[in-house]
Amino acid sequence: MSIQPLSIGAFTAICGAGAGRTALLGALQARRSGLRPNDFTSTPLDTWIGRIDGLESQPLPGALALWECRNNRLAWSALQQDGFQEAVRSAIERHGIERIAVVVGTSTSSIGATEEAYRRLQPDGQYPPDLRRPIIHEPHSLGDFVQHALGLSGFCATIATACSSSAKVFAHAERLIRLGLADAAVVGGADTLCGSVLFGFNSLELLSSEPCRPFDPRRNGISIGEGAGFALLERQGEGPWLLGYGESSDAYHMSSPHPEGIGARRAILGALHSGGLAAEDIGYINLHGTASHKNDEVEGRLVAELFPPRTFASSTKGWTGHTLGAAGIVESVITLLALESGVLPGTLNSSAVDPACGPQVRLANEERKLVYALSHSFGFGGSNCVLLFGSTRPH
Amino acid sequence: MPVQQAYIEGIGLWAPRLAGWDAARAILRGAAPAPCTPAPRPSPSLLAATERRRAPDTVCVALEVAASACAGAALEPRTLPSVFASTYGELPVTDYMCATLAATPALLSPTKFHNSVHNAAAGYWAIATGCLEPYTALAAHEDTFGAGLLTAAAHASTEDRPVLYVAYDIEARGAVATMAVAHSVLGAALVLAPHATPRSVARLSLDTAPARGDRATLPRPENAALVAGSALAESIVLFEALADGTARAIVQSLGPRLRLDIRIEPS
Repeated sequence: MSIQPLSIGAFTAICGAGAGRTALLGALQARRSGLRPNDFTSTPLDTWIGRIDGLESQPLPGALALWECRNNRLAWSALQQDGFQEAVRSAIERHGIERIAVVVGTSTSSIGATEEAYRRLQPDGQYPPDLRRPIIHEPHSLGDFVQHALGLSGFCATIATACSSSAKVFAHAERLIRLGLADAAVVGGADTLCGSVLFGFNSLELLSSEPCRPFDPRRNGISIGEGAGFALLERQGEGPWLLGYGESSDAYHMSSPHPEGIGARRAILGALHSGGLAAEDIGYINLHGTASHKNDEVEGRLVAELFPPRTFASSTKGWTGHTLGAAGIVESVITLLALESGVLPGTLNSSAVDPACGPQVRLANEERKLVYALSHSFGFGGSNCVLLFGSTRPH
Repeated sequence: MPVQQAYIEGIGLWAPRLAGWDAARAILRGAAPAPCTPAPRPSPSLLAATERRRAPDTVCVALEVAASACAGAALEPRTLPSVFASTYGELPVTDYMCATLAATPALLSPTKFHNSVHNAAAGYWAIATGCLEPYTALAAHEDTFGAGLLTAAAHASTEDRPVLYVAYDIEARGAVATMAVAHSVLGAALVLAPHATPRSVARLSLDTAPARGDRATLPRPENAALVAGSALAESIVLFEALADGTARAIVQSLGPRLRLDIRIEPS
């Protein structure tokens, strides 16, 4: 299978490390982490989080009040960055509102609003009146909000495959465009901090009490962050380009990766194959690198086996935390920034590399010209997606 | 707009009074009465005993219809990429999570947490069948069935191979029930192939068009009553057409301003 390369006419992201491309690239260059001690949960939880300041005081515009909640505020904030809405408006002029699909990913969508409703349940068992808005209590809250916020009317769906969600959206959009079901697509995703994921990962004993240290032999768990981002995909344009993708399942465990990375391997090879490239062509890999014991060991070993030593691979979760369903888009944006700027972020907070890894996994930043790069996303339920981006199309 | 063609190779359907496609086919075409008492919740033999105990109800319904559709298509489940669509996912787990977080967050169950992801059914399916092919889990409010169907057909077409489509929603419990159209269980599955085979049941031609207040095609009232209270109830008209075995054109909703036109032609 080879895919139709798609031009990424606009892209942006927001996370604890920065709002918009300039701030995010600045944080990557300055090696400034967006992690801080948890100040989000009222019940104490000893962990570090990638929290975005100011969302509490940024209500949605009145016309979008139906979708009011933290997750949609975060998505709205991302849509304001880097001229993204203007780029969509320009795409509307080219294609029409009904020809632009919205395919966005999230793990928990606006479950934070449902959690709040339960904390404030009325004596009769009803939600408080301000939260009696059904759309924010279902997964499609995000997709429905983004479509309305952008004034689009084409195909619209919310993909929710845990931590691969907003990577898989690129694959779905490419299929729709290849078949002529859309001429362009807004892809991306958003996941905010909420009790479900903070106390959920706590229950699995996967949270670190320190800033996460991906691939460090002394790593002891993940830090959770919130984040959102979007990209506009079209057939024609200047690039950068979506050149390929690989998707697979582990068929192994709901919350643990396959010990030999059987699914991850298929996703990596699938991405290379669909883009007509070989491992030797890849200059940079933004790894999933959660800083959980198992993920990093399996992923590090797999990269050592499949890629040459000169491939530069790193995890940027030391900057952003694990943004879960938004990790695919946030890390795709970091990968696109690396392609554009030649700034390759290393791995933050880690002081050594696990001996299971090869020389590909780097701690220090580096500057070099890149042509092709991968972004890895591996999720709960064994859902894997690897995206292949390029600054040009292959010859 | 190019029309997407997909051939239905296998069908699965489960609702309390439509327990399995064979029974449902006779009931939906009016050849047999619907049972007065609801069938017990399916307990898929695919799952190991320990998994069956841990698996939430969505998983049981989704796996039941998925396995039936694959059996009908005579295809090994592990060979098929899949698309799982659910408006709400596992609402009883959402109720548990939110109630526990409001009272004793530190006591949240790790099993309930990993069952709370929207891709729980797809993940359990992949594990139970040993399927390394990709799956997707999606939601699209009132348009979930149509969005999932078009996604699955697009996947079959671009990859040029059969794809499993599974749609499911179950009843809500607790306060979440006040915000959801989730008063009954419905699971539906289709194996969609890009080309006709000797096993093809029907050909679907799918096309999108701008909607101007169009409503989804209504099923016959007696069939609508069998799935009332499910967010996926609109989809029963497709299964009614398949049960009738006659050519028919129907509409499913894809959003306030987009509709999915489906032409069904029996093979």
